[in-house]
Amino acid sequence: MPRHDGIETALIKRIQQGGKCLVPYITGGFDGYLETISAAADAGADAIEIGIPFSDPVMDGPTIQMANDIVLSKGITPERILNDLASLDVDVPLAVMTYYNVVYRYGLERFAANLRESAISGAILPDLPLREAKPWIDVAMGNSIETILLAAPTTTDEQLPEICKNSSGFVYAVGLLGITGAREELASSAQVIAKRCKATTKKPVLVGVGIGNPKQAQEIAEIADGCIVGSAIVQKLLDGESPENVGKFVSEFRAALDEI
Amino acid sequence: MNEPTDGGRFGKYGGMFVPETLIPACEELEISFREAWSSTDFRKELDDLLRDYAGRPSPLTRCERLSEELGYQVVLKREDLNHTGSHKINNVLGQALLAKRMGKTRLVAETGAGQHGVATATAAALFGMECVVYMGEVDIERQALNVFRMKLLGADVRSAVSGSRTLKDAINEAMRDWVATVEHSHYCLGSVMGPHPYPWMVREFHRVIGIEAHRQCIDMLGRIPDVVTACVGGGSNALGIFSGFVDTEAELVGVEPAGGAAIERGIPGVVHGSLSYLLQDEWGQVLEAESISAGLDYPGIGPEHSHLADIGRARYEKVTDAEVVEAFQLLSRTEGIIPALEPAHALAWMSRDREFLSGKTVLLNLSGRGDKDAMQMMEVLG
Repeated sequence: MPRHDGIETALIKRIQQGGKCLVPYITGGFDGYLETISAAADAGADAIEIGIPFSDPVMDGPTIQMANDIVLSKGITPERILNDLASLDVDVPLAVMTYYNVVYRYGLERFAANLRESAISGAILPDLPLREAKPWIDVAMGNSIETILLAAPTTTDEQLPEICKNSSGFVYAVGLLGITGAREELASSAQVIAKRCKATTKKPVLVGVGIGNPKQAQEIAEIADGCIVGSAIVQKLLDGESPENVGKFVSEFRAALDEI
Repeated sequence: MNEPTDGGRFGKYGGMFVPETLIPACEELEISFREAWSSTDFRKELDDLLRDYAGRPSPLTRCERLSEELGYQVVLKREDLNHTGSHKINNVLGQALLAKRMGKTRLVAETGAGQHGVATATAAALFGMECVVYMGEVDIERQALNVFRMKLLGADVRSAVSGSRTLKDAINEAMRDWVATVEHSHYCLGSVMGPHPYPWMVREFHRVIGIEAHRQCIDMLGRIPDVVTACVGGGSNALGIFSGFVDTEAELVGVEPAGGAAIERGIPGVVHGSLSYLLQDEWGQVLEAESISAGLDYPGIGPEHSHLADIGRARYEKVTDAEVVEAFQLLSRTEGIIPALEPAHALAWMSRDREFLSGKTVLLNLSGRGDKDAMQMMEVLG
């Protein structure tokens, strides 16, 4: 199972081949999400981020909130999503993105073990900053789960090396001051944080938040090792697009990144 | 009451569970607050404002007729007589002064019943700062008067339309705003909750309630009361008054709405920046609280309350909406004081447990006045 090699290995492989990394985000539990994950993998994603919906997602904008609420209103549980993913046959590594209370309530050890059993490589917990993350990182490492930490435009020069050092999988550079959601223009802060991270670490640096079209992806990947595309893809799910069409959308990002 | 640990913990509760984007702002706030709180200039400026603008000290009122009706002695700490009508002004003047000192030009706040929103809008007007207040759509409907007051004071009132469309969702929106505007905005959080340093800082700004009440009880009663009680949503007015008595023999009782009883029905969890008792389902999804009082309609509780409950220094009771409606009328009828629905919760417990309280002296923190609730109660009482 190539999925067991983990996210960092997969991304480094792409980078060493001279390529740029693409990580789409898909809301877990949404109608047809398993087929969508497969389509995104086939379209050239290097890893895929699966959202586990939480009732109070403070880092997310209206698009991801809406998809969240739809899933929650159907009573779909985190456990159900992890079980679904266990049976999914894709050859790219997966990470879950959720909020810390979901993990805390599940039990840190049980959650990490469940991720491992479902062959999920990593976790992104946007409301678990480095200063609170040690208990989770210890448990995650014990289960060979990569914890992807966020570096923000406001992160200080003292703190940035610590975040990069403790992050595994890649460093998630937050492209702008704000919550998730597509924007008209790539924020200038995206280039700044990407440069700062690249100057700090040899780990892959991917920019997320505010990357909504292939042109923006290309622009940021001139500096970063790649990008995460979330709300723009989730919007396609909300619009009722088929997995094939979402796959086509992902392949547009792939093509744009391959031009670099 | 002590300072939290370096990590912002009261026992195991508290912490700083916010996106990395906000960490520098929270850390800067902690440093700025610590520096300001030990500065005599800052303390004097705040004390002057509390006296000359907010009307402190608030009086202590002995309740003859209510005491007769309940069968034990009752005294009220009159936070309802503060400017803007509740205890909220203590915290807001402190935070606005601090924000100004930190060079911030915009205040962001959440509000439930509207009291904290009105207080924040008031402070923003006083200091000439921009002000945005997030309020749940449901609360905007049931607290129309306070919405008007905020607008009159120059605030931009924004409707939170996600989730339960009450206080919890207004906090989500305020935090999302702050994530995007942190460079020039200060999040003026209205209770002893949220990420460190808020639970500690907000308690310190309300400590004045307890300090005054302790002195006033000695002057009026010649002793400290047997029981000190207050309503608890996030729990700021309760910690304010408890702080004056935590080192005494007085029993401390917080009263929550039955539909939002975080201590009794909650499980420790992380939301809005801290670890504390929280109403949640078995998967960690936060449940919606339900209360007649918009100000207590919150599924969590401040982390220091969770700690006080665990170590047994305070205990927490719960009351139903029907009991609150009774208490609302009781104080109006016996003392000529119309309470806000929030402190009417504490009075509802006092009224129900009068046998237990018989022969004791009880200090109730009357955290706000009931004008804002008049319209709603007109409908309830027909």
